[in-house]
Amino acid sequence: MSKDAMLGAIRRGLRRGPLPRDQVLGLQARLAAHPRHLIPGRSRVARPEQIALFIRNVEKEFGSVVRVPSPAAVPGAVADYLAAQNLPPSFAMAPHPELQALPWDERPLLQRREGKAVASDQVTVQHGFAGVAETGTLMLPGGPRRPTTLNLLAETEIVVLRASRIVGAYEEAFDLLRAELAEPAGGMLPRNVMLVTGPSRSADIESTLELGAHGPRRLHVVLIDDDDAARA
Amino acid sequence: MLATSPAFKENAAHAMADAGLQKALARTRPQFPAKRAAAVANLPEFEQLRDIGKGIKDHTLAHLDFYLETFAANVERAGGQVHWCSTADDARAAVLGICERVGARTVTKGKSMISEELGINQHLEAHGIVPVETDLGEYILQLRHEPPSHIIAPAFHLNREDWEESFRKSHTDLPADRVFHERRDILTEARTRLREKFLAADVGITGANFLIAETGTSVIVTNEGNGDLTQTLPRVHIVLASIEKTVPTLEDTISLLRLLARSATGQDFSVYTTFSTGPRRAEDVDGPEEYHVILLDNGRSAMVGTEFQPMLRCIRCAACINHCPVYGTVGGHSYGWVYPGPMGSVLTPSLIGVDQAGQLPNASTFCGKCESVCPMKIPLPNMMRHWREREFERHLGPQGMRTGLSVWAWFARRPAMYRLATRVAMAGLGLLGRRRGKFSSLPLAGGWTEGRDLPATEGHTFFARYAREQRAGRA
Ligand code: SF4
Repeated sequence: MSKDAMLGAIRRGLRRGPLPRDQVLGLQARLAAHPRHLIPGRSRVARPEQIALFIRNVEKEFGSVVRVPSPAAVPGAVADYLAAQNLPPSFAMAPHPELQALPWDERPLLQRREGKAVASDQVTVQHGFAGVAETGTLMLPGGPRRPTTLNLLAETEIVVLRASRIVGAYEEAFDLLRAELAEPAGGMLPRNVMLVTGPSRSADIESTLELGAHGPRRLHVVLIDDDDAARA
Repeated sequence: MLATSPAFKENAAHAMADAGLQKALARTRPQFPAKRAAAVANLPEFEQLRDIGKGIKDHTLAHLDFYLETFAANVERAGGQVHWCSTADDARAAVLGICERVGARTVTKGKSMISEELGINQHLEAHGIVPVETDLGEYILQLRHEPPSHIIAPAFHLNREDWEESFRKSHTDLPADRVFHERRDILTEARTRLREKFLAADVGITGANFLIAETGTSVIVTNEGNGDLTQTLPRVHIVLASIEKTVPTLEDTISLLRLLARSATGQDFSVYTTFSTGPRRAEDVDGPEEYHVILLDNGRSAMVGTEFQPMLRCIRCAACINHCPVYGTVGGHSYGWVYPGPMGSVLTPSLIGVDQAGQLPNASTFCGKCESVCPMKIPLPNMMRHWREREFERHLGPQGMRTGLSVWAWFARRPAMYRLATRVAMAGLGLLGRRRGKFSSLPLAGGWTEGRDLPATEGHTFFARYAREQRAGRA
């Protein structure tokens, strides 16, 4: 059987049999502790600078960011963005309670459908789980409240993110993921976790960058300033 | 994939005469190193992270049996299936078995070097299943029936005219007189065409950059988003991964990710880094119903414990390729198999045999650039030397090369004699070479000059010149 053959060959190469029990326990302890390694200093800065770093990095990667003072201002920001980009005022939205609670009715021209994305969608609105300042990266774990297809099928993806959910380094975002989503599920990660840094692109044609290869061509972040410490 | 590696010399000669390829090489050659250098300069901790990355992989390889079993157990816990495959045949059979069981007609594919290694497309086609490459570069190569020429920029060797020509020839349902004003038009046509394929596919096949033991997760890193569409839309997701992709924890993976994009494209981070764990859960509204990992050995376990084990640290960033003067001259197809450049020169003989790929470790100037940029600090030139020694020992090299090498080895162990002899020889060669500018054959170095021309010396040895320049520098 291939499994035994493969493990056997590896052990022969390592000049040992199966690991003794004490070593197995040591490796299991390392997995359980999942120690961090060096975290680059660039994101170890005061809170307002961390938010600024996140925004700078999203923009560097061809995304865009608008800051709004409160959740109530999100529908207006979405409507303004769609109008400015000449996009239709309709979108597929993640069925996340935080998004559902927004005052969409104040913008009656906006048409929204909740659920996963379909091929004909031009715009999607996704819920941002966390932002990573280090590289301007969004963490978007899939699931019933945050369908994965919303990140992929439309030409324009809008992500609503609270400033309090911006962390410095990837490790901190994964800590949130472990605590809030994996632990309640018996330690299992959500089926899909996407780290998204800017809109889709390709340099396959003559090594020249073009945006919008297969995924969204535009990635827009509506950032809710809900973090007092973060206001500069 | 059938190897043409034994014909490296002929391939290289052909490549150097190929105007289109040389144009593409001239365009691409400076780009990757400049971007990488900028990204590295932006991260002061980069050097420390290289040591950390190396440490993580060394630790994993020393306990690879444990981490593979842990990975497999966690995939199964999440409802996925692991298929242990010793050989390429096993892996092809496993993939075909899944596709046939679910009655697949079309299969979309994300970019995967393992898939090239297995020749999965030909295998599926032979059994009536249509594979569709979805990475833009891989897509056009499939239309043109060409293999990739680079591990992260598979179609860099093509020019715009080639794209337009292939699209016109293949997309015959579109108006023949349509105009491609800019690159964007080419991209848009591919996007539209492939979108239909994504939606229609029954099975999606991706590679994996990492397999995380702690969580039973496969990770893909892309810029286009094609890998994500491939693994999200069809009913079945198959991951093709070789055993050395294993990493213990999420934190270990993150540390390696900090090295990967910077070393590869010079981005701080790629656009999509996606973690997949098992099939769709009961409450999920999208994602595949089945999740399979094809865990491929295909010669790798035999590298464990040998002088070639460090090669298993490779994260396929292509930095060594992008900085290699030989690759920069002859391109990727010359290497004749899946993996080109310095990493290919070390890996290919391990995977398909030194009798097939014994020429590749000679395709080096031993300038050491590859090792100096390798994020995993893999001693590539050293390992190429190991292969040359092995080839020598096995008497696979031509007679002239064996004699030449043993004479060289005798001198090399006696530096003073070597300097004297080379000074004498160089003076002679300088005189000879002035006539033609270069040598296509040298006494005692036939094995070396057979593969390439040795530039004529200026009548001085490297040591003499180095000493002179050192003195000049100090003055
Ligand atoms: S050998 Fe090193 S530089 Fe080359 S692809 Fe592998 S990790 Fe990158």
